[in-house]
Amino acid sequence: MLEIRNLVVKIADEDKQILNGLNLTVNDGEVAAIMGPNGSGKSTLSYVIAGKEDYEVLEGEILLNGENVLEMEADQRAAAGIFLAFQYPLEIPGVATMTFLKAAMNAQRKARGEAELLTPDFIKQVNAAADKLGIAKDMLRRPLNVGFSGGEKKRMEILQMALLSPSMCILDETDSGLDIDALRIVAEGVNALRDKSRGFLVITHYQRLLDHIVPDTVHVMSQGKIVRTGGKELALELEKSGYASYGEAA
Amino acid sequence: MAIVTPLKTAAEQQLAQQYADAKAELPGGPAVRKLREDAFAGFEAKGLPHRRLESWRYTDLRTLLREARPLADGVKATDAVKARLAALKLDGLRLVLVDGVFAAELSDLDGIPEGVSVQSLADALVSPREDLTRILSGPSVGADDTGLMLNTALMRDGVFVEIADGVELAKPVVIVSLSSGVEERSVFHRSAVLAGAESKATVVEVSETAGDAAQQINGAIVIETGDGSEIQHIRLVTRQAAASVQVQSLLATIGAQAKFDSFALVCNAGTVRQQHFVRYAGEHSEMGLRGVNLLGGSEHSDVTLVVDHEVPHGTSRELFKSIIGGEATGVFQGKVIVRPHAQKTDGGMKSNALLLNEGASMFNKPELEIFADDVVCGHGATVAQIDGDQLFYLMARGLPRPQAEALVLQAFAGEAAEFIADESVRELVMSEVEAWLAAREANSQVSTV
Ligand SMILES: Nc1ncnc2c1ncn2[C@@H]1O[C@H](COP(=O)(O)OP(=O)(O)OP(=O)(O)O)[C@@H](O)[C@H]1O
Ligand SMILES: [Mg+2]
Repeated sequence: MLEIRNLVVKIADEDKQILNGLNLTVNDGEVAAIMGPNGSGKSTLSYVIAGKEDYEVLEGEILLNGENVLEMEADQRAAAGIFLAFQYPLEIPGVATMTFLKAAMNAQRKARGEAELLTPDFIKQVNAAADKLGIAKDMLRRPLNVGFSGGEKKRMEILQMALLSPSMCILDETDSGLDIDALRIVAEGVNALRDKSRGFLVITHYQRLLDHIVPDTVHVMSQGKIVRTGGKELALELEKSGYASYGEAA
Repeated sequence: MAIVTPLKTAAEQQLAQQYADAKAELPGGPAVRKLREDAFAGFEAKGLPHRRLESWRYTDLRTLLREARPLADGVKATDAVKARLAALKLDGLRLVLVDGVFAAELSDLDGIPEGVSVQSLADALVSPREDLTRILSGPSVGADDTGLMLNTALMRDGVFVEIADGVELAKPVVIVSLSSGVEERSVFHRSAVLAGAESKATVVEVSETAGDAAQQINGAIVIETGDGSEIQHIRLVTRQAAASVQVQSLLATIGAQAKFDSFALVCNAGTVRQQHFVRYAGEHSEMGLRGVNLLGGSEHSDVTLVVDHEVPHGTSRELFKSIIGGEATGVFQGKVIVRPHAQKTDGGMKSNALLLNEGASMFNKPELEIFADDVVCGHGATVAQIDGDQLFYLMARGLPRPQAEALVLQAFAGEAAEFIADESVRELVMSEVEAWLAAREANSQVSTV
C-alpha cells in the first residue's frame, strides 16, 4: 500500500514549488489513475516517489507498506517494490539491454538476500516476457533504448516491470507513443500483472488507455494537488468537460 | 657563436653525467653514435621539457623530475617479475624486456611465426643496415622533442621486429616491458616494428613495474607499416608506483592504402606522458589513435599527438576517453597538420572526459593546422560529469549508485576500445577497465558505509 500525506515538494536548486500538499492512497490490488493538465506535477510526483534527487521534499511523507521511503535511495526503493515506467525512458549508450536487465534483476535479488539468477534461467525469463510484449530479440542485444522508437521504449519499460515484479507500479504516460496494437499489447501486459498484492498508479491523459486498463479509482491532479477523486466514470466525464472546472485553463 | 644554456637542474646534471658515463658502452655503430650525440646535444641545449614549451605545457618534466634516478643496469628477473609474467594471460609471440633490457630467456623465441624476425635492439643497433638511423628517427614532427632526444641518446635496448610482406599473424606480438621495481631506477628503451606490405598484425605493448619502487621510464616504439598493411598497436600502461614518471613515444609512419590503429589504456600508472607522432607516407590510408585514461589520486596522464598528413587522401580519427577522479589531471593535446598538397584529407578528433568529483581536472587542446583547401576536418572536446538522469534511471531499476556509475563509465570507456580486432586483446583491455571500476566501486562502498 502506498500512502502519500500532505506532500510538499520544490525543485532542489530553484525556488519553485510543484507539489502543494498532495494526499493520495493506493491500496494493494488497486489500479488508480491520475489525470490532470500538462504541468500539474504528475511526473514530478512519480519522480519523487521513485527517489529522483532533483527535488526537495519540504513537508509530508510517502509510505510504502508503512515504511518511509523518503529516507531511501532510488535503488533501495526499487528493491522495496517501487517501479516507475518513465514518461521518457533514458538512452544508455554502450550498455547492452540484456546486460542491463541482468544487472537490475540481480541487484534487486541481492538487496532482498536472494541468490543470483543463473544465466539460462535469466534468458528464459526474458525471452518469455519479451515474446508476450512483441519485443524482437535483436532489440535486446542493442544498447538500452538507444535508437529505439518511442513505442519500443515504452514496451521496454513494461518488459522491465514484468521482469522485476514490483509491488507498486507507477506508469507515467505509458500510452503516449504507442500505436493502437501496441497499446493493446502493453495494456494486456499490465493487466496480466494485476493481482491482489500489487498496486498501480497509472498517469495518463486519455480514456483510451483506461478502456484497456480499467481503473478502480480516478484522481484529478491540478496545481500539485489531488483535487477530485472518483470511480472510472470520472475519466469519461473529464474526457467530455476538460479541466476547466478545476481552476485550470481549458 | 652558439651559446649553449648550461643544464641547471639537479636532474639535468645527473642525466648529463649518466650519459657521459654510459655512452661508451651504449650499443651502436658510428652512425648510431652520431645520432646519440646529436640527440644529447639537442637535449643539452633545451633541457628537460617544461611548461613554457607549448607541447609540454601541462606536464612539466623539469619540475616532476627533481632527481634523475640511476640508469637501470642489467636484467633483474626477480620472483615478482616472473609472477607478473605468469599472471599476464595473453597468448601470442611474447617478447620480454626487463628493466629496459631484452630478456631472451623470458621470451618466447621458439614461438616466432614464419615471416617474422626478432632481434634485440642492442643487436640491431650494431647491424650494418643502412636505413637504421632513418628508421630510428621516425616522423620529422617528433624531431625536436626533448623527451624523445633523451630516449635516442640513452636507449639501451628493446626489440626489433620485422614482419615480412604478406604475412598475416593470427596471434599478437606482445612486447612486455617490465621494470623490476626493486630500486628506483630510470630506464630508456626503444623498440621497432617494421611491418611489410600487405601484412596484418596486432602489436601489444605492456608497460608495468613488478616491485614497489617508483621508476622513471622513457620508452619509444617505432612502427612503420607497409603499403596495404593492417596493423593495430595496443598499449597498456599500468601497475606503476604513484610516484613513477614515464614518457612513452609512438613514432609511426604509414604506407599507402594501409590501416593503422593505435590504442592506449592508462590506469594506476602515476604520471604518464604519451606522445604520438604519426606521418602518412602514402595515400589512401586510414589511421586511428584512441585511448582510455582512468585516473585517480594524484595521477596525471598527458596524451599529446601530432598527426602529419603529408599526402592526399588520408583519413585520421582520434578518440580519447578520460575518467578522472581524485585530484588527478588529464591532458589531451592533439594537433592535426594537413600539408598544402594533402587534399581530400578526412580528419576527426575527439576527446571526452568525465570528471568524477571536484578537484579532478582535464585540459583539452585540439588544434588543426590546415594548409590544403579540399579537406574535411573537425574536432570536439567535452568535459562533463556522469549524467544524473542516466544514473537515476539505472538506480530506479535497483542498481546501487556505485554499480550504476560503473555501468555508465564502462560503456563510456568501451567506445574507444571497440575497434580492437583481436578479441583476446580487447578482452584484456576491458578486463583492466572493469577491474579499475570495480576497485573504485569497492572504495566508494567502503566510504559510504
Ligand atoms: N527540474 C525542473 N526544473 C524546473 N522546472 C521543473 C522541473 N521539473 C518539473 N518542472 C516544472 O514543474 C511543473 C510540473 O511538471 P511535471 O513534469 O511534473 O508535469 P506533468 O503533470 O507531468 O505534465 P505533462 O502532462 O505535460 O507530462 C512544470 O511546470 C515543469 O515545468
Ligand atoms: Mg509528465
